[in-house]
Parts: sequence; C-alpha cells; structure tokens
Amino acid sequence: MNFVTRSIFELQETTVMTARAVAGVFKGPRYISETITQMDVIGVGSLTIILLTGFFTGGVLTLQTFPTLAAYSAQGQTGKLVAISLIRELGPVLCALMVTGRVGSAIAAELGSMTASQQIDAMRALGTDPIKKLVAPRLIALIVTLPLLTVVADVMGIGGGGIAATTLYGLSINEFVTSVREGITGNDVIGGVIKPICFAIIIASVACYKGLTTEGGTVGVGRSTTRAVVTASIVVIVADFFLARGLQYLLGMPVN
Amino acid sequence: MSTSRTQAELYPAAGEVSRDAAGSTFAEVDDSDRIVPAIEFRDVVLAFDDRVILDKLSFKVMKGETKIILGGSGGGKSTIIKLVLGLLKPDEGRILVDGEDITDFNEVQMMIVRKKIGMVFQEGALFDSLSVYDNVAYRLHEQGRAEDEVEPEVRRMLRFVNLEDAIDKMPAELSGGMRRRVGIARALIGDPKIVLFDEPTAGLDPPTARTICELAMKLRDLEDVSSIFVTHEMNNLDYLCSEYAVVNEEGQVVFEREGERLCLINSKVMMMLEGKIIFSGTDETLRKAENPYIHKFLRGH
Repeated sequence: MNFVTRSIFELQETTVMTARAVAGVFKGPRYISETITQMDVIGVGSLTIILLTGFFTGGVLTLQTFPTLAAYSAQGQTGKLVAISLIRELGPVLCALMVTGRVGSAIAAELGSMTASQQIDAMRALGTDPIKKLVAPRLIALIVTLPLLTVVADVMGIGGGGIAATTLYGLSINEFVTSVREGITGNDVIGGVIKPICFAIIIASVACYKGLTTEGGTVGVGRSTTRAVVTASIVVIVADFFLARGLQYLLGMPVN
Repeated sequence: MSTSRTQAELYPAAGEVSRDAAGSTFAEVDDSDRIVPAIEFRDVVLAFDDRVILDKLSFKVMKGETKIILGGSGGGKSTIIKLVLGLLKPDEGRILVDGEDITDFNEVQMMIVRKKIGMVFQEGALFDSLSVYDNVAYRLHEQGRAEDEVEPEVRRMLRFVNLEDAIDKMPAELSGGMRRRVGIARALIGDPKIVLFDEPTAGLDPPTARTICELAMKLRDLEDVSSIFVTHEMNNLDYLCSEYAVVNEEGQVVFEREGERLCLINSKVMMMLEGKIIFSGTDETLRKAENPYIHKFLRGH
C-alpha cells in the first residue's frame, strides 16, 4: 500500500471508529465512571502545563509586540493584540498541541501496550466492545475538557500579557484591560471554543486509532506513540487553517 | 460446579461408551445434543495479503473433547482460536460454534456467542490496571451483576486454580504461572462450555506447566468442557492424552494414567504445517506417523 492509499485507508478507519464511539455514547452500556476518570486524567492532569503555557505565551506576545506597536504610537493596543491572538489562534492551537503531547501520547501508548499484550483481544473475548469501553470515554473527556483548558489558557495568557506590559513597559493595567475588552467580540469567544472541540475529536481519534492498531510488540508501541503525536499535531495545524477560514465566513469575522 | 462426573458420562453419544454399557455406575445424562460439534471448521481459508495462513482447513471439536493443536510457530494455530472468537473473519469457508454458523456474524452478534466461550491467552493478557479480583470478575461486572453475587463466583474460580490468596494482588505482583492461572479463572467465570487455550504453558517451568495441564484436564473430565489447546510443547501432549482427572473417595481430585481403568478417548491431536492439517487422530497414531516433519517435531531433530 503506498502512502496515499494508506492515508485514505487510515482516514476511513479512523472516521468509522470515531462514528462507532459516538454511536456508542447513545447506546448502552455507558461507561460514565470511566469517562469521569478520563476527564480527571486529561483535564485536571493537564492543568499545570496549560497554566504555564498560557501565562508565558501571553507574556512573550507582549514582549515581542509592544516595541513594534510603540513605534507606531499604538502601544495602547497591546491588550487587544494579545487577547485576539490568544483567543482566536494561540490559545486553541497551543493547548491542542500541549494536550497532544501529553494526553495523545499517553492514550496511544496505553492502548498500544494493551493491544500488544492482547488485552484488547481479551476484552473482546470477554464480551466488551473496546470502542465503547476505551475510545468513547476518552473522546468525550477530551471534547469536554479541551475547550475548558483553552479558556484557562486564554485567561492566563491575557494575565501574563498584562503583567509583562505593566511591569516591563510601564503600561497601566487599566489601559491594558480596556484594550482587551475593546478587542474581544462574542464571535471570537465562540470561535475560540469551537476550535478546541474539533481539535479534541482529532486528538482522541488519531491517538486511539494509532494505539488500537499497534503491531510489533513494545517497539510497535513506541512507533504508534510517535505517529499519534506527529499525525495529531500536523492534522491540528492543518485543520486550524480551514477552521479559521470557515469561522470567518460562518461568524462574519473580518476576512480582509 | 459438579465434581462427580467421570469419563464415561462424557461420551455416551459418541458410540464409544453407551449409556446402557455404563449401567448404574454412571449418572444418567441427556446426550441428545452431543452429536452437534462444539466447534466446526468447514474449508476455512484465511490469507493476509499474499500469505496464506489457513488453507481449506476442516475439523470438528466434539462436546467434551479436547483438541490439541500442535505445530511450529507461524503455522496458523493461534489464528484458529481468533477465528472461533470472531476476532478475525475467514476469507472463505464456514465456522460453526455449537451448531450455529458464526461466519457472517457482526460484532454485536459475536458478543453473544463469546459468552459461551472462555479464552486463555498466551501471557494471560490480564488487565494491568485491575486487581486479580476485578480481572476475574470482569465479565460479571460488565454484565452488571450485583457485587454480592460476583464475589462468591470469583472466589470459587480462584479456588479452582488454587489462587484464592492472591485475590487482592495486582497482575504486576504475580509470577508468570500465576498470571496464566488467573487468566484461566477469568476465562472460566460464567461456566463457559467451550474454552480455548492459546499456548498457556509457553515459557513456564515444568511443574507450573503441569499445573496448567491439570486444570485443563479437570475442565475436560469433571466439567464436560470442550476445548482447543494450542501448544508446541510435547509434555503437554503427554499429560493431556495419557492422564485423566477423577474424584476419589475422599472427594479429592486425583489424576490417573489411562490403561489402569479406562482409555482416554476425549483428547484428539491435530498437527498443522503452513496452514494445513498434516495429522489428525490420537497421540498413539501420531507417534507412529511416517511424516518426516512429525518425526522431527516429536524428537526435536
């Protein structure tokens, strides 16, 4: 199978698996405690890295943009620039990439080692559908937690940007906050939440599929994990472009 | 779990031991459904890309029979087990479980068939994140059974494999042999009438391997379980084809060699090479077979 055929085949298989997981949510048995556990592992577990990433990304945005804006005497717009950049783009994408690295790899490795040690076969032999038991809870947990983590990252980023602007460049906090409030619209917030939902589906689908199709023992687990992270990261970035363009039309955001 | 059944009960319908011949020594059993094979393969073909794994494979496992499948690595032995469980689908041919054609069953239909089947995996395939208790109770928990119903069942199964003391341990704390035994207990919960063993003694020391074979014999002789026992170890063949389990007067399970009181008829051997059956019969005829591969396999050179 060449690269194109294999990619199309994998896309088809991943889509079928995700559709079955979604269908499984509406049909019993439902694994509610498993889903809550996954929300804890994925959401609460990723909180620290998301707080740090968000805070310092906001800080560095201010650091890099303030001097340029000051050259045009537009330093008062720093808050607006930081907020729009974070909410529309950097918050969702950085969060998705961080979660891919932390959670996507863990999912692929866990399911991969279960596949390699025949635990998935054992599960099926014992009458359990692994897609309902393993994929659906992870998918739901990511769909719920990734938008929340993104909002946290956005808030921390704006906070980090504000602290950098006031402490390093002497901008008043009132000026920064006013600029932020002027800059953000309702559509930015809606777009900023729709994106992480799509990214959550991508991360869960790719990581679960790569894990469940692991071949070749422990070496295969490593390979699946790497492929899950690389594939999910690339798909997130590519999807971000098309989502951004789609949201511009759907939500009437400025296109030029 | 009944512990009073003996060999002759298990095969009255097969013609070897009739109910009349058994007389008052043996309990009366309903043997009307025993002519239906527990597992049947009809001209099954399976290939991965250009590599043929099973080539027009046909065989039957009768009720209460243990079919020992011998063969080298990569010969398609484990694939047979995966086909019975519906984990793989054949390219051609039909597969019947308990007289029911499962070849075209979807995943939902297979879930019902799998309830009749217990599977013992090569390395145990225990769920690492669950304790021994939760592993053995897995099937019952999935069925939503109440905990006060589940615990006595789990303890009964762990007693059967002599591992009741390990009930609270995690799989990582168990030795290889203990993992296999927990795997057997997990496979037997719900009293399936078909049990599939996929190289259950691979990599174990001889006494532990013997323990695993004894469990398979107990299932065959005392529980009337039909099974497929995939192996490439000759001592497994010796145990399963020459000894049987009985309950002595003190109520203990003991193992006797055939010939002293009866001849084993419910263990059959099948040898595979490159996806084809090259031998099917008893262990005695296997040892007399002229095929050079069988000679090499039995003697190791």
